[in-house]
Amino acid sequence: MTEFKLDAAPKTVEPTIYELSSPGRIGVDFPAPDVPRTNLPDSLLRAELPLPELSEVDVIRHFVKLSTFNYSVDSGYYPLGSCTMKYNPKINEDTARLSGFANIHPMQPIETTQGALLLMYQLQEWLKEISGFDALTLQPAAGAHGEFVGVLMMRSYQEDRGETKRNKMLIPDSAHGTNPATSAMSGLKVVQIPSDERGNVDLDALRAEADDTLVGMMLTNPNTLGLFDENVEEICKIVHDAGGLMYGDGANMNAMLGITKMADLGFDVMHYNLHKTFSTPHGGGGPGSGPVGVTAELAPFLPAPIVDIVEEEADGIPPLYGFVDPSKTIGRVKAFHGHFGMFVRAFTYIAMHGPDGLRDISEHAVLNANYILARLRDTYHVPYDRICMHEFVAEGRWKDAPDVHALDIAKRLMDYGFHPPTNYFPLIVHEALMIEPTETENKDTLDSFIDAMISIAKEAHDEPDLLHDAPHPENTPFGRLDEVKAAKDLILCCWLPEDYENQ
Amino acid sequence: MTYIPHSPKERDEMLKTVGVEKMSDLFDAIPEAHRYPDLDLPDALTEMEAAAELSELAQANETTKGLVSFLGAGVYNHYIPAAINHILLRGEFYTAYTPYQPEISQGTLQAIFEYQSLIANLTGMDVANASHYDGATAVAEAVNMAVAQFRGKRKKVVMSTGVHPQYRATTDTYTQFADVEFVSEEASRNTSEALIPLIDKNTALVLVQYPDFFGRICDYTKLGEAAHEAGALFCVVANPTALGMLKTPGEMGADMVVGEGQPLGISMSYGGPYLGFFTTRNKFVRKMAGRLVGESVDARGQRAFVLTLTPREQHIKRERATSNICSNQGLLALAAGVYMSLLGQTGMKHVAELCYHKAHYAAEKIAEIPGFSLTFDAKFFHEFVVTCPKPVAEINAHLLEHGILGGYDLGQDYPEMTDQMLVAVTEMNSKEEIDALVAVLSEVNHD
Repeated sequence: MTEFKLDAAPKTVEPTIYELSSPGRIGVDFPAPDVPRTNLPDSLLRAELPLPELSEVDVIRHFVKLSTFNYSVDSGYYPLGSCTMKYNPKINEDTARLSGFANIHPMQPIETTQGALLLMYQLQEWLKEISGFDALTLQPAAGAHGEFVGVLMMRSYQEDRGETKRNKMLIPDSAHGTNPATSAMSGLKVVQIPSDERGNVDLDALRAEADDTLVGMMLTNPNTLGLFDENVEEICKIVHDAGGLMYGDGANMNAMLGITKMADLGFDVMHYNLHKTFSTPHGGGGPGSGPVGVTAELAPFLPAPIVDIVEEEADGIPPLYGFVDPSKTIGRVKAFHGHFGMFVRAFTYIAMHGPDGLRDISEHAVLNANYILARLRDTYHVPYDRICMHEFVAEGRWKDAPDVHALDIAKRLMDYGFHPPTNYFPLIVHEALMIEPTETENKDTLDSFIDAMISIAKEAHDEPDLLHDAPHPENTPFGRLDEVKAAKDLILCCWLPEDYENQ
Repeated sequence: MTYIPHSPKERDEMLKTVGVEKMSDLFDAIPEAHRYPDLDLPDALTEMEAAAELSELAQANETTKGLVSFLGAGVYNHYIPAAINHILLRGEFYTAYTPYQPEISQGTLQAIFEYQSLIANLTGMDVANASHYDGATAVAEAVNMAVAQFRGKRKKVVMSTGVHPQYRATTDTYTQFADVEFVSEEASRNTSEALIPLIDKNTALVLVQYPDFFGRICDYTKLGEAAHEAGALFCVVANPTALGMLKTPGEMGADMVVGEGQPLGISMSYGGPYLGFFTTRNKFVRKMAGRLVGESVDARGQRAFVLTLTPREQHIKRERATSNICSNQGLLALAAGVYMSLLGQTGMKHVAELCYHKAHYAAEKIAEIPGFSLTFDAKFFHEFVVTCPKPVAEINAHLLEHGILGGYDLGQDYPEMTDQMLVAVTEMNSKEEIDALVAVLSEVNHD
């Protein structure tokens, strides 16, 4: 293995904070103790603390330099399927940082946090209204965490009514990987249900599995093909008739705001992704927030605690908001009350949209996706081609360009200044390119992206190496990564050099 | 207010290209009876109105800026250097997606790699992952990892009652349908001595907290040895501030060190979002859940970073994944990385020692008040338990009248610990504030 040499590195490589460290530098100072010192517990002290030493300006320049290596929504268009990379309004960041929200301790007496509790209560009510559910928890930290909550509730509900032999979860072959992983984490057997030729759940296959061992089914609707399942009511009926419950994966709710309510269609449980649908940012991988709505039947099983009115309004005194534990709660799924900072952002966003504004979001998200589909379908094969919702899936391959793969198209898009679409997912489409534009992109941006896609299709046939070698040095700071080397070497951590103290 | 950029003309052109007349034609697949429901929500606000409404809600809370706080219990009021927020507010970081495309995500990837390194160095361990949701879910994932390690052959987890009650509750929820038995020592006993007899050949994991929920510190080396002698894994839930001065769990032989990263420059924000950190030994890295960033090179010969060992994860392994975790706490990991970089070894040690000295001063002064005493005769870091002459709720109500946020009422979680208050002191508490707390507590017996 050749050793990396920083001093010989190209300019684009930024040293790590360990490499930037110099003994004796400090980035932030603290006052001397204003109380008498107490003897330290000698036997319990660490011998050394091998952390880097930098000044504030070193730290700022380092992270600002790193930031320039990132693509982001603020810098460009992200047609990333099932991720809803919409613009994140700046006001969200300001409201979440108001001192009255940022500087409150989760275990303060409720009398001192009525503003925060009212905000949480109101957000619960709004999210219930948007989905049609009767009760809701804000506690789950992310979409997958919300799934886990939902599936635990389904299982607890079945056991509570004496249906202890139910251990099977049905999951369509187009589902996100989190669905089967969640079911397995909850101790359930996963049975995959195929899709039919229109991209809907195959009803015959579903009927064959809908028996008395069923806990329920997890369905993303619109599904990961970007299609609204045309038989959704029938699917819910089949599962309900077998004694099962319907879980709705709300990953794709950006298509459904004010368009339909998931509870009205027959779903019993659903999680939201506030970081997708309601514009709380993705943060380079998180934090998310995954509130879960349920029908009245399942409400007693919600995780504890949830926000409620604990003393009704009386004699002109406003109601007192606080926490309550549902009667048959599955328990607590994380410490404290959920990602409150994300609630403030989502609250701000919903308050600024209102009922008509939310509907506009979904209509324009769906319009944008269909516009791209309409302009690309002659160039890229779309296996399930009908009016899509907020996204669609095309194939990144051509019979007459056999060496070109979806990955090459994805990487070539970077040369054109775009983030690639989600690729190789869903698994049921070969060389999948999953395109979700969101509502916040204008026609000019969409046209540029479409033109790039058409141009790349031509290159794939005429000059395929342009794709194979993409992205090119003049366009991106870094090229394709050696993933095999990363997994083989497993360098997951760096350290101060051994002779650090003598530097 | 809307963030939709379409002009009416553009919208009409686009509808025409799609081949439909109006927006509603796009939604024919939705059952007609359930299409376009009414939404009973308040009318839209402009940004100006929303800013005012949110400001009003925020002002309805009493904050730790206005109150003098001695409340901890897992969430701590520390100084957050100004530079952190300026980095977090860079759109290049906070509006980026998960770094699945490394060519255009090196900022996030290198920042996570550095975070992993800092956490591993702080805890004295080999490797850290890119984060879990919080301390509680990191503990639950540690239990899952240990149980999976023995493929169900060992069913017992020895978990100290000194582990945060909400972490234990979360772990119970996570494992409620798994075949796992939890055993604990009697609360408030000497953890090490009380736990060793509970370890046997059926034990998958021994799990303790450091400092424990009551603020106490002790050397767990013997406990770790006892766990390893029985073939079990040993996990320590650690407070990262304390590790600025204290012997690391790595030195005590821990196989996993997990915990809550909130003290590392993350605002309290009424409970989240925070940062679950998770570290382990190299030999267990493939069993660990969560994302991992590794060093590699790009096609141009440059050092670069990439998500690695992804076959453990749900998007590849589906129902056979180590966990269902997908979104994590990436931005908070960045905050913690910036915090540790700014403070460095000097600052981290300084903050830890400030907490230690101030907490010990407070403990000494409170113990001098008639009717009050320290519950434990044990070493502690920045939190300690006080036996009070009256119910804690009553005392806290009195403190609040004087603008003081009192300590945590332990009777809420430990029924036998009524009248026991858990007091936290950090570098944010001045001597004057501690003296004010002591003065108001001194009045309690005279009321």
